[in-house]
Amino acid sequence: MSYLKRSLLQVIPSLLLLTVIIFALVYVAGDPVSSMLPENATSEDREILAESLGLNEPFYVQYFQYLRSMVTGDFGTSYQYQRPALELVLERLPATLTLSLMAMLIAIIISIPLGILAALKRNTFVDFLVSGISIVGKAMPNFWIGIMLILFLAVQIQIFPVSGADTPAHFVLPAFTLGVALAAEMTRLVRASVLEVIEEEYVQTARSKGQKESIVISKHVFLNSLIPVVTIVGLQFPQLIGGAIVVETVFAWPGIGRLLLTAIETSDMAIIQTIVFVIAIFTIVVNLLTDLVYRVLDPRIKYN
Amino acid sequence: MVQNKILQSFRTVRSGIIQNSSPLGLIGLITVSVIIILAILAPWIVPHDPFKIDATNRLIPPFWVVDGSMNHILGTDHLGRDILSRLIYGGRVSLLVGFLSVLIAGVIGLFLGLISGYFGGTWIDQFIMRFVDAMLAIPTLLLVLVAIVVFEPGIVTLILVIGLTSWAQYTRLVRGEVLSVKEREFVQSATTLGASKGYIIRKHILPNVLSSFIVVSTIGIATAIMTESSLSFLGLGIQPPDITWGGMLNDGRNYIATSWWIATFPGLAITITVLAITFLGDWLRDILDPKLKKGGDADE
Repeated sequence: MSYLKRSLLQVIPSLLLLTVIIFALVYVAGDPVSSMLPENATSEDREILAESLGLNEPFYVQYFQYLRSMVTGDFGTSYQYQRPALELVLERLPATLTLSLMAMLIAIIISIPLGILAALKRNTFVDFLVSGISIVGKAMPNFWIGIMLILFLAVQIQIFPVSGADTPAHFVLPAFTLGVALAAEMTRLVRASVLEVIEEEYVQTARSKGQKESIVISKHVFLNSLIPVVTIVGLQFPQLIGGAIVVETVFAWPGIGRLLLTAIETSDMAIIQTIVFVIAIFTIVVNLLTDLVYRVLDPRIKYN
Repeated sequence: MVQNKILQSFRTVRSGIIQNSSPLGLIGLITVSVIIILAILAPWIVPHDPFKIDATNRLIPPFWVVDGSMNHILGTDHLGRDILSRLIYGGRVSLLVGFLSVLIAGVIGLFLGLISGYFGGTWIDQFIMRFVDAMLAIPTLLLVLVAIVVFEPGIVTLILVIGLTSWAQYTRLVRGEVLSVKEREFVQSATTLGASKGYIIRKHILPNVLSSFIVVSTIGIATAIMTESSLSFLGLGIQPPDITWGGMLNDGRNYIATSWWIATFPGLAITITVLAITFLGDWLRDILDPKLKKGGDADE
């Protein structure tokens, strides 16, 4: 698995650059002294605290201190909660991940049958309708979809709860809201992919052998056309998490999105940088896994 | 040469409109033009002052609903402000942020992509691409949110922040294009003839990557508008009294149970704008760059 080793090695510089970006932002934005001391603190108090936090050291010294504490798992303490930031983020992370995975699942359930249907009924009314829906689905802002779903399904016909995360029913609206854009993107891709596979020689051969169309589709077209879809699911992951931040706000979902927004309002830099870092690591891992799955699914692809 | 190429692009588009007529593309073009004209003429055409609070006319529904009136065609919000007038004003901000932030992201992305592609495989290329990877590993919205902490929210901040955080995709696209153009014969022979690097990049490579770049930038405007709306919806983007569609939606959220129109129309405005730009972008791609795959992802 030299490929895996090489991709892991490539991840390291990206991660290092990421820490520089985050640190630079915190360096410019953060004024930990003012946020830690009461407003009436004297300038001597400030000076003493700044000195003890190492804030008077030059930029690069502070950066290496920051890097060293991160390697040991110390992401700083949230001044607002007076607890380690990593702990707070990891507490909230499962709610966001569950929401994102449910959204992904919904997107898959919607897009695969629709995409295949559109491809098989190419250039008919059905195809036109499916393509139209997916274009509109991508153009709608997710927070608006969320609010409209609340209006129709929680306020007018009271089928689903408006907000919160207590029962399975609470999942439906937020996960659907978050999944719409991904479903739209994937439908287009499945359609294009099926159309491409259908033209392949092995499919033509299977047909000319007189095999039933349903068997040709299920045995030869279906799985092969899903290979590129795996990639798009992986590549869309950061956008999905980005969307989750907004959707969580609409539905009062107790995930990292809301933690982040509160942290931004109170300039709680420890939480902000931890969230950015955790999400970036997740994205990198998912991208790596996507590559690997892609490779397993399609043995023709060689990495060298 | 670049100017000629742009002129040529315009000619291609002009003749393309005739040859490559697409009903959706035409709808997109007309809709975008109408939105731009409305935005420019906003102060002279709005039926009411969009900022004027009118306590006696609060929460009036659109004209076709009972209690609605033709005076406020799309109704009024919780402060009695005319929704239609606010929608027209909101378009100004969305378009401004969309165009200018893509301009910033595009210039940075084009520049870095040209360098990275031209010096493909060298340490410069490696460095730029690792930087791109790092940027792409964070959702744009998250990057923008973090940057908002550093600067005061406002139109200028938002344009800068969206621009400075979304260039990575352009770099990746341009680099891929450059890598393939670089191998073409005319570039090879210019190199053999001793043309300087700057000359080759400017005269031979840049003109040939422009069309894909223009297509992806067009779609990028839609994405930027979406980002701006999300931020304003979260209350972290453009601040009142400046009017944005995202901000209007946020206002309407609290009245969704009783006054659906406040949140519904701004969302429709965003959707229609994004749709129109997408149609226009798809059409431009068909005209300018038939080889570019649908979805705008020409990575390698």
